[in-house]
Amino acid sequence: MAREAELHLRDRLSRLKSIGLLRGASISGELARLQRQLEKTSEPTDQEIWQHVELARHPDRPYTLDYVERIFDDFVELHGDRARAEDPAMITGLGRLHGRTVALLGQQKGRDTHDRIRRNYGMTYPEGYRKAMRVMEMAERHRFPIVSLVDTPGAYPGVAAEQHGQGGAIARSQALMSRLTVPIVACVIGEGGSGGAIAIALADRVLMQENAMYSVISPEGCAAILWRTGEERVKAAAALKPDAAHTLALGVIDAIVPEPEGGAHTNWDEAARLLGEALQSSMEDLSAIPGDELRRRRRARFRSLGVYASSTVSTELSTENATIPK
Amino acid sequence: MAERIDISIEHRNVPEPLNDKPHPNTCPRCGSHYRDDELAENLHVCPHCNHHFAVRARQRIAQLADEGTFEEEAAELRSQDPLEFFDVRAYTERLVEAEQKTGQGDAMVIGGAAIERVPCEVAVMDFAFMGGSMGSVVGEKFCRACESAAERGVTLVSVTASGGARMQEGILSLMQLPKTVCAVEDLKDAGGAMISVMAHPTTAGVLASFASLGDVIVAEPGALLAFTGPRVVQQTTREKLPEDFGLAESNVRFGHVDAIVGRRDLRPYLGRVLRLFSKNGAHGA
Repeated sequence: MAREAELHLRDRLSRLKSIGLLRGASISGELARLQRQLEKTSEPTDQEIWQHVELARHPDRPYTLDYVERIFDDFVELHGDRARAEDPAMITGLGRLHGRTVALLGQQKGRDTHDRIRRNYGMTYPEGYRKAMRVMEMAERHRFPIVSLVDTPGAYPGVAAEQHGQGGAIARSQALMSRLTVPIVACVIGEGGSGGAIAIALADRVLMQENAMYSVISPEGCAAILWRTGEERVKAAAALKPDAAHTLALGVIDAIVPEPEGGAHTNWDEAARLLGEALQSSMEDLSAIPGDELRRRRRARFRSLGVYASSTVSTELSTENATIPK
Repeated sequence: MAERIDISIEHRNVPEPLNDKPHPNTCPRCGSHYRDDELAENLHVCPHCNHHFAVRARQRIAQLADEGTFEEEAAELRSQDPLEFFDVRAYTERLVEAEQKTGQGDAMVIGGAAIERVPCEVAVMDFAFMGGSMGSVVGEKFCRACESAAERGVTLVSVTASGGARMQEGILSLMQLPKTVCAVEDLKDAGGAMISVMAHPTTAGVLASFASLGDVIVAEPGALLAFTGPRVVQQTTREKLPEDFGLAESNVRFGHVDAIVGRRDLRPYLGRVLRLFSKNGAHGA
């Protein structure tokens, strides 16, 4: 069992490292050997995980509006948060999915330089989340199911965004989604970048395209903090495991939406057909569930996420370390 | 910057800074240095310049709760390593070290208590444990605090001090945002209230989830309350930052928090708000 071998190696590795920490002795040869062995047994490789990151950010990958025009009929885009501004990084609107009116939310990155700048590379301002919230409220009132397409490097980290309440907007958008009684299906179609992504992804069904990524922090940001250099982004990506397969295994998403051979960027029409089918089938599953029950299950779904242990006994490692002289 | 003062304070004995970091008992704002007992007596607020030093979770509870009323819950919860996260060190190793350093199981302490004789539930973060980062244990403890508050029909007082989600638990850490948000909504649906006290720093994933959902939100003076911290904003956008960028004072001006409450006034303030939210609205004081 490759898995067991890996666990065993990791265990030995962390023990060896802690011994090094204790006595300052040089055991680097043994460490390096174990690390190499570990890399052989691990699957997928660091490079393979990094490929998902690159595909998720591929400049030819279809964006929200590319899917909207292929999946929805009679789409009408809605603009502005009714308070302060219009945020082109967030698309909202109404359209028909298999004949039924649905509300759409989704980030939009922009295709050429001009468009990218206008759309702020898909990095939403608080105004964008407030626009999404106003459309969610309308959807609730008219019993329109909601489709949310997530594709953002993250919420915009700027002075004005902070002054306009970025943190609070992300929190309140999630809170609103947890209160809705209409079906919500979210799909990460490219980058699912941290708080900026979860702000519109508190859904009944959370899907992820095969080559999308979903992460608490960008590999670059993680590398800058933990390795103290952005250069280690490949290692950081491998540690964060932001790919669809790992995210599914952790129970964070419900299903992986297949992409055409080679990735969504190779065939937009086929990618849209596959995504449209997945959205439709999720909607069908949810449509029979009464609103209150839907909301109860949605909250329970997120309530259950997390891995922890109940323990009153200290581990072997901790007793070893307890003897470190100051 | 306020001038250093020389009364009752052991200036002559100020220790040499270790690795360029001032001694924890030296005020980073005015340079005054205090004995442990002087700091504790002043609730870890510099009597000279009003700088609010960091407060550990248990110290905070001792400052706020009526003596002997705190009953801890879920103390046995410990983080796991679901991603087998390994950067320059193993996550498991960091956890062991954090527990030894802080004496805490993780970055949050929860339990039942009374503040000025009003029963409540408290959920207090400890920045000393891995930067107060929110992983599965913090998320779970916060949810249990919400449930406990709802069951007992009391208000939840949350005190946050956190750098955000814990990277080492990857996407599961991000999921603690919606998880805690759902817990607050359940508490509110049950008729419960939440008072959010934001201490320095309350940033990123914690600001973008439960901390921002208090019925009443107050901040400690000088606390950084920002989704993205000043260094990253500066590096990413090259914008010129205002002097008070992200600070509690600017958050009040922009309408994101109800008030700034100094630590010496926090207990009576919370007592007053708790009485206003208590079921009969006229709780004896």
